[in-house]
Amino acid sequence: MIDEILDILKGDRRILLGSTIICTIFLVAVFAPLIAPHDPLAQNLERRLSPPSSEYPMGADNLGRCVFSRVVYGARLSLPIGMAITGTALVIGALIGAISGFLGGRCDEFVMRIVDVLLAFPGLILALVIIAVMGPGILNASFALVAVGWTGFARMVRASTLAIRDAGFMEGAKALGASDFYIIRRHLLPNVIAPVLPMAFLGAGYSILALAGLSFLGLGVRPPTPEWGLMLSDGRLFMRSAPHLMIFPGIALSMTILAFNLAGDGIRYALDTKSRMTDEALWR
Amino acid sequence: MLRYAVRRLALMVLTVLGISLLTFSLLHLVPGDPAEILLRQQGVMPTPEALDKFRAAAGLSEPLPLQYLRWLNSAIHGDLGRSLAVSYGRPVLPEVLIRLIATLELASASLAFSILISLPLGVLSAARRGSWLDKSLLIVSSLGTAVPAFWLGPLLILIFSVYLGWLPVCGRGGLEHLILPALTLGIGAAALTSRVVQASMIEALLEDCILTARAKGLPEMHIILKHALRNALLPLITISGLQFGWLLQGAVFAEVIFTWPGLGKLLVDSISSRDLPMVQGCVLFISLVFVLVNLAVDILYSWLDPRVRYDR
Repeated sequence: MIDEILDILKGDRRILLGSTIICTIFLVAVFAPLIAPHDPLAQNLERRLSPPSSEYPMGADNLGRCVFSRVVYGARLSLPIGMAITGTALVIGALIGAISGFLGGRCDEFVMRIVDVLLAFPGLILALVIIAVMGPGILNASFALVAVGWTGFARMVRASTLAIRDAGFMEGAKALGASDFYIIRRHLLPNVIAPVLPMAFLGAGYSILALAGLSFLGLGVRPPTPEWGLMLSDGRLFMRSAPHLMIFPGIALSMTILAFNLAGDGIRYALDTKSRMTDEALWR
Repeated sequence: MLRYAVRRLALMVLTVLGISLLTFSLLHLVPGDPAEILLRQQGVMPTPEALDKFRAAAGLSEPLPLQYLRWLNSAIHGDLGRSLAVSYGRPVLPEVLIRLIATLELASASLAFSILISLPLGVLSAARRGSWLDKSLLIVSSLGTAVPAFWLGPLLILIFSVYLGWLPVCGRGGLEHLILPALTLGIGAAALTSRVVQASMIEALLEDCILTARAKGLPEMHIILKHALRNALLPLITISGLQFGWLLQGAVFAEVIFTWPGLGKLLVDSISSRDLPMVQGCVLFISLVFVLVNLAVDILYSWLDPRVRYDR
């Protein structure tokens, strides 16, 4: 059993396990209305804070809402929004990084100094500043996380762009009279996007975590929406009498982040021979 | 070395200017008229006359670049304005400084905990590859990086304060108050650091000098501690510096959970109560410390490892 877990954590099976968990959570999100035994918003004050039972598999919260149903519906929010945040940051970062690296010169210098300054800034604090300006809420929180997240992708894509900018096929395309836009779209981006993939998975895990964190602080998703971070924040108040309010959303959140981390690490391992060597040295 | 340090310092100046610009802009980026917001929070009805008078007094009718310079000047001289929250009305700077000390205390304790755990774990698991320690480190560190601090914190309270009754639930005071928040923050950091230590130890143990040391018949303990560990310490310094910056931010969660009177909690509270001068003060100081720590790490690193200077 232990050896099986280790085998998975060591090598390519990380992708398999990670993507299996992600797919499962995705299916749970899609079929939430079929899986959840209760309406996630329906209150049953007679059952408030009741422990797990056959009727309420994960117990009921302080308003008598079914915790299991809320955890299930929480997947509908965390998974797509976390992925959307990272996806948007990836697209913005990749475009800026590719264009900046491709054009080079002053434009590149200017963009990269901005990226340097932003990367030197504590990300979570920057997100909090943006929320302080725009006000709490899920849209603003997502915007803040995109604004913080694109820089890493930009720097990475720029580095890969510089590496292939002068490659033969790029010069060939230029010699054939292709426009800059065409070259970036058809030749550059497809070649520089692969190394970004593992980062995108790790980033999606981080976005889900950060969004839950902001909701936990009362700056993200508003009640009564079923969201894991918000459920943790509510559950904390009833920790003594009803620890199940806090335990189950936490497990769901941790599993999701773990899945994205595993998949990201696994893809990095599969793509990158150098990290494969160090990983092999690490885990044999 | 000097060239590298100068280049690095120039970037820091740029970053600090960026931070100050962002902090200043906060008030003007918030939707609505800053004068009206400030007046309303002081409990004054924003009549046209009151607004005009306030704008003139606070310099809000001047062009923005001039306002920025004025703000920067007073910030450098230690005047960050007054808190708008009802119970405060106090100057921002002293409050922020008091809170900063609490945050630094927490972040340092977490970092110390993280190094204390991860250094022996990483070294031992690298030296005893394939042992149960090596195996369990892999599982625990995978989990440790996935568990959010805002879940771990309440769980630790539940176990150590509620069920076992060993440690206080919240607040700041003696060492016993520090343990749980430092654990909450430090475990995630330790999970990452131990992997870095382990990886760099394995790399260091593959070096030729280790082979030579073994050939000389030196005791294994001596080889690990004297020869390999020294080479493996470099990445630990970098990761610890980065972790410290990360812990400063992550402290927000631990501070809220354990009602630790730090800068992070003050920031979140001020955002909720829309106390903008206080938000400005918190952001300014957290960012400054973060930038300074990163600078110190970079320079220390390039001093310890001369290759870095030529690479960049």
